Parts: sequence; C-alpha cells; structure tokens
Amino acid sequence: MPHIDVDRNLPGIRALMAFRPETAAPMGELANVLLRDDEGLSMAERELIAAHVSYLNDCFYCHQSHGAIACEYLDGNKDLVEQVKKDYNSAPVSDKLKALLSIAGSVQKGGKYVTPEQVERAKTLGASDRDVHDTVLIAAVFCMFNRYVDGLAATTPTDLSTYPPRAKQVATNGYGAHIFSAKQTVV
Amino acid sequence: MAFIDLQKDLPGIRGPMAFRPETAKPLNELAEVLLHDDNNTLSRGEREMIGAYVSSQNDCFYCQNVHGALAQHYFQCDIPFIDAIKKDYQSAPISDKLKALLAIAGSVQKGGKYVTPEQVEHARTFGATDREIHDTVLIAAAFCMFNRYVDGLNTRAPQDRQLYVDRAKIRAEEGYADLNVYK
Repeated sequence: MPHIDVDRNLPGIRALMAFRPETAAPMGELANVLLRDDEGLSMAERELIAAHVSYLNDCFYCHQSHGAIACEYLDGNKDLVEQVKKDYNSAPVSDKLKALLSIAGSVQKGGKYVTPEQVERAKTLGASDRDVHDTVLIAAVFCMFNRYVDGLAATTPTDLSTYPPRAKQVATNGYGAHIFSAKQTVV
Repeated sequence: MAFIDLQKDLPGIRGPMAFRPETAKPLNELAEVLLHDDNNTLSRGEREMIGAYVSSQNDCFYCQNVHGALAQHYFQCDIPFIDAIKKDYQSAPISDKLKALLAIAGSVQKGGKYVTPEQVEHARTFGATDREIHDTVLIAAAFCMFNRYVDGLNTRAPQDRQLYVDRAKIRAEEGYADLNVYK
C-alpha cells in the first residue's frame, strides 16, 4: 500500500505524478530529453541503461516499464533486454554500450565509484563526451525515479502482460501528459 | 579534472548544465518547484536542509555546501549549526517534525525500500501531511540524482566553504527556474 493517499487506479510513478503535477512536469520533460533522443546513443540503448540501473536498484516497476519500452525499440527481443538487465557482459550488445553500462552501474552505487579508467575505456570504444554525459545523467535520474517509486511504496502491477501495452504508448508518443490518463490495470 | 570536456571552468553542477542546456532546464525547474516555490507548507529552509543532509550522506561536497549554505541563509544561522544537523540531526535543536522527515530522507538515500510505514506514521504524529511526505521523499530522491550527476562526472568543487555562503543570498532571491549557470 502506498505511504500516501494517491489514486489507486494508477500504477507506479503515474499515481505519484498525478498527485503532484507541478513536479511531474519537469520530470516528464527530463525523461523526454534524455530518453527520446537518437543522437549518439539510440533510444533503445538509453532505455537499456535505464532498465539496468532500475534492476540494480531492485525497482520492479521501473525495470519492467523501461525494459518493455526497450523491447519495443528492439523488435520485441525480450531475451536481450533481460540479459542486459542481469548480465550485460554476456549479452550480444556493442562493446561501447557495455562500457557505458559499466559506468551506469558505478553511478548506481554512487557518483564517486566512476573511475577515469571506465570513462577512458568507453571513449576508446567510440563514446563521445555527450554519450558519457547522458549515460551518467540517465543512471542518476533513475536513482531518483526508483527511489521516488519505492520510497512512497507506489503500487506495482505484478501482471507482466500489463507492461507491453503501456510501453507501446510511450514508444509512440513519448513521455507526456498521456501517462496520467492511459489505462493500465493495477493487478 | 572532469571526465568530459565541459568547455568552461564552471564549478559543480554548473559545468554539466552549461554542457547540456536541454537537460539543465527541467533539472532547474524541478529544483525550483521542490526547493524554492513558496506554495509549500514546508519552509524553504527545511527543504534545503533535507537536500543538504542527503548530499552529506552521499558525501557530495559541492551539493552539501551549496544547499547547506541556502538552509543557513533561511535559518539565519552559521555553518556549525548546519554541520551539527548533518552530523546528528536527532540531537540538534530542530523540530520533531523535521527530525522525522530527515529520518525518511535518510532512508531514501539508502534506497526507496528502506522507508518504513513506521517512519511515515511517526512523521504524521508530528503533523506531516501527505504532500510534505511526498516532497521529502522526492527531494531526497532528487538529491540522489544531483549528487551522482556532480560526482559521477568528477566536476570541480571549490574548497573554500565561505564561497558557498556568499552565493546563497542571490540564489535565495533568484531561485532556480531561470538559473544562469555562467553567473
């Protein structure tokens, strides 16, 4: 049960965002700028970083939601998404993305865990300054979203079939006002 | 030295904000609503103190000094008073309600699931509302982001703490919404 009185018909972060639209607006914009962008990193890569960090933070709602969105961009390759979440080193993704996921994993522990060697390695494999910046900020932002969702004990749907329909909506429309209105069964 | 070429030698979060203005805008708008907007039953000082406390728990020198100095500005106190709260808020001369909210913030810093129903109930007995609990959790979560952004890119933090105190007044007056990172 959520720690505060929010709309029970909305799952996860959406109930919290409906509770306080003033903070929801900049958070939605931040998600759009960081995740709905194909420059340097693809939208799929950005969502994979988000899903991996959320998995490390053990935030079920966020890693299911963003894993499902990554899946939308990856032609439904759910196995790949699950592999990146749990053990990206053995996943068939680029060495550059692996190096960036390693940086994201350090950010998840704390900013100071990122080493110059990790950054150098990512750059050697073709990561630009902007790619490194966006990786660090995506990882940091999910350390916020995950804590927001679990810190208020937001309702988390356990029925995994409810995530893909929502993911399709985000893949089509991005992160915006529709997240408050579109239906997702809370089971 | 910062891990990426931030072009301008700006301290702390202002470097990456200048590097990527597209993300700086919503980050500053979020800070404005959470920390500076007066449509809130938590005072600006209390909200900045929650930010400073979480930043100290995350060992982020830049953020804990920026936001500690802002709390100091609003509380009209000195650096040792803020340091005492960061070190041991339970023994500090602050309200029981703020202590209860700082306990929740401290749990969020470790991870969302560390917040207990008992902590929330405890805060309610001292008058905390749903929205105050919401804002406390989100401020703590937001600083877990800001701190990682600042330290994860290895940005530069001025070591002279008085510099932060000197800058706090202007930030209190101007807020965060239209923050000019070059000023």
